[in-house]
Parts: sequence; structure tokens; C-alpha cells
Amino acid sequence: MTQTIDTKTVKHVAFLVRLGISEEEAQTFSGQFSSIIDYFNMLNEVDTENVPPASDIANAENVLREDVVKPSMSREEFLKNAPNSERGYVKVPTVLGDE
Amino acid sequence: MQLHNLTIREAHELLTTKKISSVELTQAMLDRIHDVDKKVKSYVTVTDDLALEQAKKADERIAKGENVTPLTGIPFSMKDCISTRDVRTTCSSKILENYVPQYNATVTNKLADSGAVLVGKTNMDEFGMGSSCENSALFPTHNPWDLDRVPGGSSGGAAASMSASLCTFSIGEDTGGSVRMPAGFTNVTGIKPTYGRVSRYGLIALASSFDCIGPMTRDAYDCATVLEHIAGHDPLDSTTYNSPVPNYTANINKPVKGMKLGIPKEYFVAGMEAGVESAMQEAIRTYEKLGMEIHEVSLPHTKYGLPVYYLLLFAEASANLARMDGTRFGLSVSDGAKDVIDIYLKTRHEGFGDEVKRRIMLGAYALSAGYYDAYYLKAQKVRTLLRRDFETAFSNVDILLAPTCPTTAFKLGEKTSDPLEMYLSDIYVVATNPAGVPALALPAGFSNNMPVGMQLIGKHLDEATLFQVAHAYQQVTDWHKQQPTL
Repeated sequence: MTQTIDTKTVKHVAFLVRLGISEEEAQTFSGQFSSIIDYFNMLNEVDTENVPPASDIANAENVLREDVVKPSMSREEFLKNAPNSERGYVKVPTVLGDE
Repeated sequence: MQLHNLTIREAHELLTTKKISSVELTQAMLDRIHDVDKKVKSYVTVTDDLALEQAKKADERIAKGENVTPLTGIPFSMKDCISTRDVRTTCSSKILENYVPQYNATVTNKLADSGAVLVGKTNMDEFGMGSSCENSALFPTHNPWDLDRVPGGSSGGAAASMSASLCTFSIGEDTGGSVRMPAGFTNVTGIKPTYGRVSRYGLIALASSFDCIGPMTRDAYDCATVLEHIAGHDPLDSTTYNSPVPNYTANINKPVKGMKLGIPKEYFVAGMEAGVESAMQEAIRTYEKLGMEIHEVSLPHTKYGLPVYYLLLFAEASANLARMDGTRFGLSVSDGAKDVIDIYLKTRHEGFGDEVKRRIMLGAYALSAGYYDAYYLKAQKVRTLLRRDFETAFSNVDILLAPTCPTTAFKLGEKTSDPLEMYLSDIYVVATNPAGVPALALPAGFSNNMPVGMQLIGKHLDEATLFQVAHAYQQVTDWHKQQPTL
């Protein structure tokens, strides 16, 4: 089964992961994705009727703890890496449109 | 005596008998890095000042005889995906090129507490995505055995720094072979511990259900020593095991006579380089002479390990890398951005390399409506079958032996044009991570003058047996003592 992933699909998934993409890149990725996904389709050969999906590999139980306040990184320290901040907040442009 | 060539226990002996100081040892290592690493390019950052400061403190500890561990005063390097407070941590990506963490990974803290001396951070494929270290956005690393060849990946810098004697031990990270495959390419010993044995807190996540931090060393004894110091439960990583960490070196000398060694037939198929195949046969004969029982076993779903691993990795990575968005840390491209989404699009377009882009897009594809059942869920089901393969095999044998790669190190540029071909070089190392079992890589000889690696695969939490069986081999062979000429 050969499956092609066209440039439209590539641009769609690029937007899903918030990745800017040029037309030229979309074309290159489209060809590469088709051959990779084609290879992955070999999983269709495997009979997984009644096989549960793996969900964990280490500790099978939820790990709970008391919700206790502990000292954490100071706001000043945290903001050292923020590209843009103002009055102790991370600053970004408009999130919700106001036009 | 050459200080850079010492094993951890040799260096420890010299340090504690005051024949050398940690400052001398550390300075010798730094001098060698500044001399030799121009050719190898294994380090992204060399921490001269911090290292000498830590070495001085280690010498004080040794002088007072207080709190001296086998790692006190020993210089090590660490893969650049493990957070180090006040030391740049790049994941070899443009998006984190100038990122300086405000906190340490648990492993970083544990090593600091043991008195080990950080000499630098090592190069890697960007975010661990690659098998040759050529996907580093900073520069490629070269194989110390042949500078025209790759060191393997993604812990290529860690492996090369160990192989070229630019540290006394190194800390790598293995998501789908990233410790073992480069260890095999560069004649180094390295372990991917059981998933959950070593805390992932502060490790910049690639695939959270696969990622395992593990040491890379000159031999199995050193590897056991380092793992003892970094393993254990961590309240900050709820996937870590609560069970106590064994003293791995205590029983390392126990004879392997009578133990059962399984040879998975699916790993010995057409396509393996002749010299790799003969090295494996020779290793099996060596174990036979040591009195192990050799059994052929079957891991029937082996060939599906690669698609299972990559599909799940893409999915997990696409979620994990969402945090690289140009707003709270790292690169931020905001020129002309009209809204916050624009910052994401521009920052990630500029900050990520092609392999990262491919993987996060394919991950979103495998998780998206209409494809989730066919890809993500299907892969999780086959993952269950992969785990069952190992469980069945381990009901009959104690340990498995397989090559780390069908070939020795390939040339730089040889596989960069075809992403799928690069993925296929991981064929022997990926199946263990979805299953969570531990595996240790060690040198097994040479093919056309390039190192051949083999791996021992063990039961969950049975690292002790891996060290014991690897150590037995290293007592009767000297492949691991061979060093490249640089």
C-alpha cells in the first residue's frame, strides 16, 4: 500500500505543530514522508486482535504526594531566560484577536 | 603514566593515595581537550573554570578524608541535553543555543554530590534526533578512529569524548540506542539502564517513555561504578523505581559459568557486515569457553521494533518539543510578528533543523484524527508484543547477546540525504527502549580497522547481570583497551 502525503497535508501538520514552512520545504517533506510512512505500514502485517496497547513501562501505579508548598525558583530567576518580560510577567504579543 | 588514559578506579587509587591531585588530573584533561578536540569536535562547551573549582573542592574532600566516593575528583563530560545550572545546555539546537538553565538535573546534582568534576558538555544530534551526530545544528563530531567517519548518535559527542580520552567517564542518554550505537562505533562501553532506574528530571525530553540516562566508560567495571551513583528513586520523577540501587560492583567478579546466554536469531540475518558477524561469533565462542550455555532464542517481532519505536518517538517528541515556542526561554523570533502564533511559527521555523521538523510533523500526523488508530495505537499494541518477546526469551535464558549495528561507523555525509536509511542504522538498538529492558554495549573487536560493538540485553532491573557478564568478557579480551591514534 503506497500512501502519498501531499503538500497540503504537510502544511496542515506543520501548522498543527506551529511550524512555519515554505512551499519548497513542503515539497521536500512530502516526498520524504511518503516513503517513511510507507515503511511504517509494515505494522499492518501484525495481528493485534485482542492485544492491549502498552501504556506504561515502569511503575504501573499512580504516584501521589501531599500538596505541600515548598520554595521554588524566584520570579526574577525564572525571567532570566524570558526573551521579553514586563513587571514580572512574560510578555508576548496579542493572544486573542481584538480587531 | 598518562593521566587522560586512566580508568575511574585507577584514577581513584592515585587520588586517594595522594600520588596525584584532582586539579592535576583535571588540568591534564582540559589541556588535552584544547589540543585534541579541534579534530574530534566532541565538546559543545568546555567548563574550564567550573572544573578547576570543583577539582579544588574534591582535593579538599580527599585531604580531609571526608565524603570521598569512587567518583570524587574524577573528570567527566555530559551530553548537552542534561540541565546544568549556569552552564549553557543546547541540545545542539539553534533554538537553545544560548539557553542557560536555572536549575540542575537530578543526575547533575548526584554527580556533583559525589564529587565528580564536570569538564564540559558534549555534542549530539539535535534533541537526540539522529544516528550520526550530523544533525547537530552546531557542528558534526568526528569518529576518533577515522576522522572521516561519524561517531554514531545521538550521544556521538559523549562517545567520541570517551573514545578520544577527553574525559574519564561520560554521561550519555539513550532513547533508542543513542548510548549503545555510538559506543559500538567508537570502542566504548555504555549502558542504557532499565527505564525508570535513573531520574529524568532536568533531562530535556525527547520521548518521555523511552528516555534513559546512562554512563559511557572505558570498561564495564567503571560503568557499574557510575550507574551506582546516578541511579535511584527521585521524588521529582514519578517513573523512577523505588527499589534500592544494588552495589553493582560487589558481585561483578562472580564467574559466569553455567549462566544461559541467548542468541536472538532475528538479529543475525543477511545485511550484516562480514567483520561484524565474525566478531559476534568470536564473542559467543569466548562466552562458551567461559562456561556459559549458548541457546538460540527468537524475538519474533524484532523487525517491527523500528517502526514501533519511530512512530511512538515522533508522537512523543511532537508533544515534548511544543515547549520550544520562543516565549519563555530560548530563541525568539518576533520580528514583524502580529500575534503570538506568529512568534511560534517563525521561531520554530528558524530554530529547528530539518530532522526535528520531520519528526514533529510526522508525530502530529500519527496522532491526528483519522490516523491515530492506524499509527499511534497500532504501534502501542505492537509494543506490547515486543515486550512479550523479551519476557518469553528471558523465561529461558539469563541474558541476550546481539550486535549494536549491522555495520561499523559510516562516512560523514553517507546517509544524510535519505532519512529512512539513517533510521535503519538503529535497527538493532531500538527494540529495547519500547520494552524498557536494560542493555549494555561493549567493544567486541574490529572490522577493517573500525570498532565493532556488541550489546548484552538483560531483564528489567537486572543491570547487575549485564555488568557481571560484560566484565567477564573484558577479563579475557582486550578490545576495550584499544585506543585510537590522534
